[in-house]
Amino acid sequence: MYILTFDRAPECDLETRPLMAYGTRIHNNCPRRAHFDAGQFVNVFDDENARECFCLYKVGCKGPDTFSPCPIVKWNGGVSFPIQSGHPCIGCTELYFFDRMTPFYKTLPNVNGFGVEASANVIGAVGVAAAGTAIAAHAVGSAIHYKRQHMKEEANVSLPAFGDAPGSPDKETEE
Amino acid sequence: MSNYTSAAVPESSRVVIDPVTRIEGHLRVEMEAGDGVIKNAWTSTTQYRGIEVIACKRDPRDVWAFVERICGVCTGTHAIAALAAVEDALQYPVPIQAKLMRDLVSGALGIQDHVIHFYQLQAMDWVDVVSALKADPNETAAIAKSLSDWPLSSATYFAGVQKKLKDSIAHGQYSIFTNGYWGHPAYKLPPAVNLLGVAHYLQALVWQRDMIKIHTILGGKNPHPNFLVGGMACAINMNNDQAINQFSLSYLKQLVDTCHDFIHKVYYPDIVAIAGFYKDYAHIGASNPNLFCTGDPSEINTGAPAGKGMIKPGVLLNGDYKNVLPFDQDKIKEFVTSAWYKYTEGRDAGLAPYDGQTDADYNGPRPPYKWLSDRPQYTWVKAPRYDGHAMAVGPNARMMIGYAQGVPAIVERVDAACDKLGLPRDNAFMNSTLGRVYGRALDAMINVDMMVNQLQEMTNRIKNGETATFNPEKWEPETWPSSCKGVGWVEAPRGSLSHWVRIENGQTVNYQAVVPSTWNSSGRDAEGQMGPYEYSLAHTGTHPLVDPSRPVEPLRTIHSYDPCQSCAVHLFDEEGEAILTRQDP
Repeated sequence: MYILTFDRAPECDLETRPLMAYGTRIHNNCPRRAHFDAGQFVNVFDDENARECFCLYKVGCKGPDTFSPCPIVKWNGGVSFPIQSGHPCIGCTELYFFDRMTPFYKTLPNVNGFGVEASANVIGAVGVAAAGTAIAAHAVGSAIHYKRQHMKEEANVSLPAFGDAPGSPDKETEE
Repeated sequence: MSNYTSAAVPESSRVVIDPVTRIEGHLRVEMEAGDGVIKNAWTSTTQYRGIEVIACKRDPRDVWAFVERICGVCTGTHAIAALAAVEDALQYPVPIQAKLMRDLVSGALGIQDHVIHFYQLQAMDWVDVVSALKADPNETAAIAKSLSDWPLSSATYFAGVQKKLKDSIAHGQYSIFTNGYWGHPAYKLPPAVNLLGVAHYLQALVWQRDMIKIHTILGGKNPHPNFLVGGMACAINMNNDQAINQFSLSYLKQLVDTCHDFIHKVYYPDIVAIAGFYKDYAHIGASNPNLFCTGDPSEINTGAPAGKGMIKPGVLLNGDYKNVLPFDQDKIKEFVTSAWYKYTEGRDAGLAPYDGQTDADYNGPRPPYKWLSDRPQYTWVKAPRYDGHAMAVGPNARMMIGYAQGVPAIVERVDAACDKLGLPRDNAFMNSTLGRVYGRALDAMINVDMMVNQLQEMTNRIKNGETATFNPEKWEPETWPSSCKGVGWVEAPRGSLSHWVRIENGQTVNYQAVVPSTWNSSGRDAEGQMGPYEYSLAHTGTHPLVDPSRPVEPLRTIHSYDPCQSCAVHLFDEEGEAILTRQDP
């Protein structure tokens, strides 16, 4: 929609996520942030503090490490989002969250991922480098072109599942 | 108007539908057809992600979140089965309010899934969208009012829908209705009913957005609401502005009540009305004459099914749909005879799920390819069998078993439907293409009636001071045995779902999901028995397929199972056309 309206791509982070959605940590928009700042935490689920909707940091919340608009947009027409419904954030918008943010209930920073203060740009750089395969181009124009090329050259596309080396012959184009 | 031209069918002709669209996931159907009927069939699920493997070496408290991602359509279902399996393994009791919340989540999912399935996925097999343009909105209004007192039923409203449809497809681009087989002689509904179908299709899209808010309130979001091993994460506190409070309860009630109206006044009446025009499909597409279920729609069981619902766990075998046999989960074994997996004991071995192995072994052709079924292995779906029988599961299985057990709410409605359709009062017709479509609607109705009671019970218990939503006593790994195993069952939208987990030293070491669509879409087992999809298409040798370039009839049968093969990359050719190839030998 943005691209159709403004004829260019929105500003993105290093993982090519639009900043208008992924520019801010959940922690910085969280309705329970005042409780974090005041040191009021849920210690065990459904304890007295949970019933007062205190901060979920101690039961594993990855909000400080997660960039996502959940507290602003809220889901299904603004009804709720995970923290509001009592469950700590599991960092599901972050690259490789299933390995970096687990165990989900272990307190940050004691998980495989990065510390609380690392920025999206640092995390992103590592993610992109580690991926090693061509990622969609930044500008949509190139992306459409890329996809057309990709489909026409179907025979040349590498299929790692069939034993080909990973990596497509097409290069990522920078815009 | 159709994009495909009809062509003469040579005597023996191969027909491939890949991808089958308007399903969940990736399914390929290969058929040999001739003389207007299907002679043989193979169904192949051509995608694999290995979530059973990914779920291993994990903290058991995290696993529900991983396996939930098996599917975003039946979201929540797999999470709940995982919770039940882990809680069974750890012998971890859950507070009643958490159970009721999970029932509401499971029920909301089941019903929303059925409605989406009928309107968005299946209806286009029966409703001719282009014919709706010729309808008289006054006639449609009269039909709508004769079915129920659902408010959106004026001629003005239907005229508006018709105009919207006309404008959308004005320039020969059919928008969301592209590539349908409009005008195929197998479409039997009069234009006025077709217009009703299109209007309700659009209404269902809007309605379902609201229905899933039940997940959002209790689980934070949809798809993929959140849960906890040991309960639910949302706390109940009538005096807090963010917890589950009066606002939440009122909202839940509003959602459940609207759901109740939609099912009783729109979905179920539509099914009975449309069924009247397609009675021949009550004799087409029967699966293997063996079915089972483990309880009520959306019922959750921690450990072996305990029979706490209205419908008791039961098995129907060998075409005897009156005598319900007891269900024994130990009789289940999974085979990989036709599947791309290896077992250490060899391909013909059957493994009980607790001892299951997921060792991918693809020996098929590199895509693109024309035909898979001349090879012994042709699918990624294992073949579960019950005491050696190929079993069908699904809402129709639940309703057939409930009928045989004499559950009044089911018997009364099935008998009324049979009377209306001019069928003998019996459950046998529900093992058919039409029967599965009907059974799904009845399943939704039974489920929503239960949800009204579940929400009321939850509210009453809050009044009595029962507000615990989580039991902490087995949260910490120190409380767990060093070695344990557990199973969780859910009567999911598409049938009986089970997750089987082994936990050693605080980590999952084996995880097997035996999913309804696994039972239904399985390939041949070591005895050569076809799975239900295949059997429905090929067993009698009389399933119609009049025009291989427009295979509406097999699509009706396949869609009637509500396939959920799990999201995958689709195969399509360079021009973006769905692949539909007719091959002559």
